[in-house]
Amino acid sequence: MPAVRLDEIKKFFGAHCVLDGVSLTVETRDVVAVIGRSGSGKSTMLRCINGLEEIQAGSIDVAGHKIVPGGNVRDLRVLRREVGMVFQSYNLFPHLNVLENIVLAPKVVKKVPDEEARETAAVVLRQVGLADRAGAYPDELSGGQQQRVAIARSLAMKPKVMLFDEVTSALDPELTGEVLKTIAELAEAGMTMILVTHEMGFARQVANRTVFMHAGKIWEEGTSEEMFGNPKSPELKTFIAPQLK
Amino acid sequence: MIQSYGWSSLPFLLNGAMWTAALSVMTFIGGGVFGLIFALLRVLGPKPVKYAVVVYIELVQATPLLIVLFLAYYGLSFMGFYFSPLVAAAISLTLYATAFLADIWRGCIEAIPKQQWEAADALAMTGTQKLRWVILPQAFRIALGPTVGFMVQIVKNTSVTALISFVELTRAGQLLNNMTFQPFEVFLTVAAMYFIVCYPLSWYSEYLKGGPRARRATR
Repeated sequence: MPAVRLDEIKKFFGAHCVLDGVSLTVETRDVVAVIGRSGSGKSTMLRCINGLEEIQAGSIDVAGHKIVPGGNVRDLRVLRREVGMVFQSYNLFPHLNVLENIVLAPKVVKKVPDEEARETAAVVLRQVGLADRAGAYPDELSGGQQQRVAIARSLAMKPKVMLFDEVTSALDPELTGEVLKTIAELAEAGMTMILVTHEMGFARQVANRTVFMHAGKIWEEGTSEEMFGNPKSPELKTFIAPQLK
Repeated sequence: MIQSYGWSSLPFLLNGAMWTAALSVMTFIGGGVFGLIFALLRVLGPKPVKYAVVVYIELVQATPLLIVLFLAYYGLSFMGFYFSPLVAAAISLTLYATAFLADIWRGCIEAIPKQQWEAADALAMTGTQKLRWVILPQAFRIALGPTVGFMVQIVKNTSVTALISFVELTRAGQLLNNMTFQPFEVFLTVAAMYFIVCYPLSWYSEYLKGGPRARRATR
């Protein structure tokens, strides 16, 4: 059974069709990079997967939980437990320290006992290389560190799939490196991931598959090797040309 | 009988001040509870409820408190609901504080970025969990300064209840003046008593709003 399956999903903002019948299947342990110009619908597609954006047609299936247009909130929450999401702007909770940010959802959503939640937090913080910053508040951390805490916070929910929405776009190149390294390690550990990214080099290196979105559609998809080595559509060729020089 | 103003008059004024304090506390508690409910309904309620709350807030904010008080005390008694001055005062001040606090707190809740709601959504939290753990704690810190500032308004505005003969600090001052004919001394003392209560609150409100503490206050 695939980890994620999008079946002909459509999404409108007013009369404007942002996603025009997108179908995508992501197998367990796949790392899928989603590339494309701004406005091509890639972030919207990602946000549909955990229901941050409602779809108007089609269906989304994550680890056996299905969302359809107009579905109920309870089903949506069940699905969201399986899906971790990391945002461009980190979105840590500023009133909580690193440890509290991480244990909050496991404790209140999954009712994990305090001790167990703390143990998990220690594990995920080690994973992102920030075991020594558990007591720090978000505004005391660099952007790169905040983003790694955000990744740890998602991991603590033990998701089956992780979604990354341009997670390095707000970071300077130096800090980008430490976040990409963390993601690469997750990939190696076998996490199923979908990454919307502008980092072509990284997509090529870490993702086993790449999806190119254009005009609200999946324009071309294949292994990252093929997509970057031998792009077929003229749109993809012009899109990746500057990056590959 | 004319008596002269002196230390022996102080207990009478202090007794009035105690009622001012009691009425302020009642108002703040009543206004706080309903204000929070109304603020939440204003932000999260279904459309008709939102509009009903907006209408309430606009209506009360555009009406002089004294008129609300007269309506509660004289108006309702004509309709057969007789309230003592204390109850009428508490009801109208609560109506008034509810409107203002609901509006202040709505602003504070709306000041929390949409991304905080989304982050909580992505962690599969329910509506109540999002409010309880993510949104309200942050809104509370922003609200602290303006809320304490509004408490000053409540304390000062309890003085209108003198006009329905509720003997709080201002009314006590009036009565004392009638007995002593020393308005300057009497009302300066009354003003000083308001100042002693209000100034620390004002100062604390400014302290909460400004400075490095407030910038870190999202903690």
